[in-house]
Amino acid sequence: MLLVAFTHVPAVSMFVYSLTDWDGLSPTRNFVGVGNYLDLFTRPKMLQVFVVSLFYLAGAAMQIVVALYFATILSFNTRFRNVFKGVLFFPYLINGVAIGFVFLYFFQPGGTLDTVVRLFGLEPHLWLGDPDLVNTSLAGVSVWRFMGLNMVLFLGAIQSIPPQLYEAASLDGANRWQQFRHIIAPGIKPIISLSAILAISGALSVFEIPFIMTGGSNNSETFVIQTIKLAFNFNKVGLASAAAFVLLAVVLLVTWVQRRLIPEERVELS
Amino acid sequence: MTAAHRRHPPSSGHGLLTVLKYASLLLASAVVVIPLLAIILTSLRTPGEMTTDPSPLSAPANWFNWENFQIAFTEGHMLRALGNTTFILFFSLLGTVFIGSMTAYAVDRFQFRAKKVVMTLFLVAALVPGVTTQVATYQVVNGLGVMNTLWAPVLLYMGTDIVSIYIFLQFIRSIPISLDEAARMDGARSLTVYWRIILPLLRPAIATVVIVKGVAIYNDFYIPFLYMPSEGLGTISTALFRFKGPFGAHWEVISAGAALVILPSLVVFLALQRFIYNGFAAGATK
Repeated sequence: MLLVAFTHVPAVSMFVYSLTDWDGLSPTRNFVGVGNYLDLFTRPKMLQVFVVSLFYLAGAAMQIVVALYFATILSFNTRFRNVFKGVLFFPYLINGVAIGFVFLYFFQPGGTLDTVVRLFGLEPHLWLGDPDLVNTSLAGVSVWRFMGLNMVLFLGAIQSIPPQLYEAASLDGANRWQQFRHIIAPGIKPIISLSAILAISGALSVFEIPFIMTGGSNNSETFVIQTIKLAFNFNKVGLASAAAFVLLAVVLLVTWVQRRLIPEERVELS
Repeated sequence: MTAAHRRHPPSSGHGLLTVLKYASLLLASAVVVIPLLAIILTSLRTPGEMTTDPSPLSAPANWFNWENFQIAFTEGHMLRALGNTTFILFFSLLGTVFIGSMTAYAVDRFQFRAKKVVMTLFLVAALVPGVTTQVATYQVVNGLGVMNTLWAPVLLYMGTDIVSIYIFLQFIRSIPISLDEAARMDGARSLTVYWRIILPLLRPAIATVVIVKGVAIYNDFYIPFLYMPSEGLGTISTALFRFKGPFGAHWEVISAGAALVILPSLVVFLALQRFIYNGFAAGATK
């Protein structure tokens, strides 16, 4: 019980810090009220950070659609379905740092992607060096990493739909798309919305992949990278706390909206 | 639930659709495999090969060239990192299992005054994403004096795990209270009931928690990165991260390091596939 302190004490003390100009080391700190929050929202870089989140949000949306597609086709009779399921899921289990290096190599000029792209007769790009392209590349990595998890969750939900429903539907002359639209989609709605919420809060708190691959340079700085830098590189603990608190508030808001939209529905997956 | 035991919905058998279906599956598999394949091929090549033929998908001349792995192991300090990670894994998992199951037992089976408060605190904690509070957590860890020791991540992993408490809670609810009562009739005390009855029956829940939590700890980067900056305390993730400097452009060594880190995940995945799918399904939805 004592150990819950690691979540609650920080959350509260962080709010206190966020009202001060503490640098994390000196014994004194001055109360500056909402000054940090004003500072935060008037920084031009701040907007940039939220623009970056949009890339990851778009990636997350794509990820859910793709996961839904593969979960659906794998739930019907498919040869080697377990092999495909395993291959598509495995990236989720790989160490984040290893993924970072794998894709640094993959996106390198003259690297794997350029080689593959050239096979199809297309132009190579500076996948990570181009500020207009870097966030698309990084969001792609995050889709690569997390799509499998979503797919496995959806697959579990789809398999808990009684098979008689499909038989009845085919007897009534429903085609594949109609079966998906009227049986599968409503059946796994709760898990889709849960994934959406996880994806949104995930998109806002992206850290590992861009930190390892670009260190936040070239327009790829995310909210968390910025916060960590403020706190530990520039010793602006007060400001960083304010930033972290804003993120916390946004994530809690999103979760609260979800709880309101989807009333407590227990879904048993396993 | 295994897929094999269930009846699948009938297949449609339209020719073109089937072709498209397998084409999309193969394409997706290729997207997953090609970046990893490049790493494996590169890790087996020599520096000389790298300069004469820089294409990342060329095959190595000698398929059993382990030299890069040796360099990664010795100069990258992977062995020490593996030791540190194992230490953290062992104590965090031990702590999580005991704290989680005891908490769940206490909350579910006893009435006490602060119960409502505790449950609300748990719920709030479950919603707070860990990354966001690092700034302040840093101060708490500092205050406890465990900064830059192996105990910092152990404490953090044990202390911030609400998901496993929920998994245990769900499971304990399904254990009939009459079992507790019967044991109490025989004169067993609370601790004995927990140790002799609850804990053994929780075995499937423990397996789930160990898998989900173990994978998360093995792959975690920012907690060791923030709380154990000194070099001797590298974990798998941070040791690999440090490859970035000294091995700069030596992609064959970096690839070997990455392959070394991925390999255990692959072995565990192949060995425990079914448990892993179920574990993550249970872990993510609670």
